[in-house]
Amino acid sequence: MEMRQVLAQELDKLMSENKNIVLIDADLSKPNGVASLSKKYPERAFEVGIAEQNMASVAAGMSSYDFIPFITTFTPFATRRICDQIAISMAYAKQNVKIIGSDPGISAEFNGGTHMSVEDIGVIRSIPEIVIFEPVDNIQLKKILPQIVNYYGVVYIRMFRKEIPDVFSDSDEFDLFKASKIQDGKDISIFCSGIMVQETMAANEILKKEGILAEIINIHTLKPIDRNAIIESARKTGAVLTAENHNVIGGLKSAVCEVLMEEYPVPLRSIGINDVFGQVGKMPYLKEVYNMRAEDIVEKAKELIELKGK
Amino acid sequence: MTELQKKCVEIRKSTLNTIGNLGVGHIGGSLSIVELLVVLYEKHMNINPKNPKMQGRDRLIVSKGHSGPAVYAMLSEKGYFSKEWLNTLNKPGTKLPSHCDMNRTPGIDMTTGSLGQGFSCAMGIAKASKIRKDGAVIYTIIGDGETQEGQIWEAAMFAAHHKLDNVIAFTDYNKFQLDGQVKDICNIEPLDEKWRSFGWNVIVVADGHNCDEIDKAIIEAKSSEKPSMIILNTIKGKGISFIESMGAGNHSMPISEEQWKQGLKELAGEN
Repeated sequence: MEMRQVLAQELDKLMSENKNIVLIDADLSKPNGVASLSKKYPERAFEVGIAEQNMASVAAGMSSYDFIPFITTFTPFATRRICDQIAISMAYAKQNVKIIGSDPGISAEFNGGTHMSVEDIGVIRSIPEIVIFEPVDNIQLKKILPQIVNYYGVVYIRMFRKEIPDVFSDSDEFDLFKASKIQDGKDISIFCSGIMVQETMAANEILKKEGILAEIINIHTLKPIDRNAIIESARKTGAVLTAENHNVIGGLKSAVCEVLMEEYPVPLRSIGINDVFGQVGKMPYLKEVYNMRAEDIVEKAKELIELKGK
Repeated sequence: MTELQKKCVEIRKSTLNTIGNLGVGHIGGSLSIVELLVVLYEKHMNINPKNPKMQGRDRLIVSKGHSGPAVYAMLSEKGYFSKEWLNTLNKPGTKLPSHCDMNRTPGIDMTTGSLGQGFSCAMGIAKASKIRKDGAVIYTIIGDGETQEGQIWEAAMFAAHHKLDNVIAFTDYNKFQLDGQVKDICNIEPLDEKWRSFGWNVIVVADGHNCDEIDKAIIEAKSSEKPSMIILNTIKGKGISFIESMGAGNHSMPISEEQWKQGLKELAGEN
């Protein structure tokens, strides 16, 4: 099932249980899979048209009336386009708005460089008091959404919207504010987020064959980041690799470095978009162009192991 | 002088004291909305200063958030907080910052200051009130310079489309913005036609310092089936001649002790 279908199903469930939840779209309700909700909840699920700034502030205004608004659009419009509205109308004003941005980084595919957000986490991460959540798969999205509703404050949900294989199983439990350990290991720590978790799992198969046991931790919440999980794992393995679908400036790598440089510096390498803009292309092609494939993860992991203790 | 006019003099004095005490502030755009605030708070708004968060209350979103000092003078007059607070404007730890802040000041319904946003927030509040069916009237004030923000027009379209007849907005059309005259910086005329073409009920008040005219306009707006924009022709710095004469220079200006005293005398009718 596509992630946007899961989003629609879960929002439907949450909206039927909680009459304070509203859904606001800016002419992307169809690509985001939530168009049917405006038929079921005509009063609480509505359009503003192509006017993201207004959407952001309207949501903040509704929050001041004790509603819990979700706004939806693509990641670049959900972040850099409405940066000031997020900072002032939502965060500074202490409102309870949830921002859903879909198609992060290379997943924008044929929409290309204009729609390919490589900076959205960096932009949002530097605004105080905002939570950033990037789900890995349908299971994690489904289990964390109710926690996001129960948490008072601004949450940015950076969401892949199409079909993606599940990494987690139905029995896994999640805490919005705690990283999810996928595999215990001893040779290297790999902190990964979003679609790069699947790629890391593929890399893990190759690493295992070569006798390298990586500790794999999914950082689904980029802010506030689970400092303890990062420090504890770095102490254990002594080498850290980050893998993200974002510019290596401002995103997961930066957040992990901020923690480790203060607490426990170890050799570190990163997989991600190396400070260049995106371009059109399907994901396999873009992963190759930006060195974001499983084999790139393997190569960096080995490089790091060589560096350990030097 | 009517009771409302007397009240306006008091609010002007408090506003001048608030800024005079600090020595600098957004005096021009504060003094230009005094009559509007007095008419709203004395004659129209369903509020309870003892319970600032009362459910279903009318709201006022001052989207031109730099007019905080005049709003604070009005709120203290209504009893939301002690008049002594007015001496703390912009001082360390104050609950009265330059720009309106709903989390610091009792009676402030939305945090504003980044222009254009408060107006959009007001539309969200109006939509929320419609869903709750609580009958609140949502008042909001924008500046004429603020009208240049694109977000104002996004919100304008939204309000008309969603039939937010519970919105009564005001433009403080004092003709000046920070860098000069609005008509020279980026003309907003024909302002009334713009709002009409966006689907709003438009009322132009020739003298935005005439309490009776403002009152009549609000009464008329309440019966409209569209969101209303009341354009108030005002004077930036109204009521104190040395401030009025500064034009664009009074957007935010220093006030010396001597000017402060002189201003108070003028307001007391002693000049």
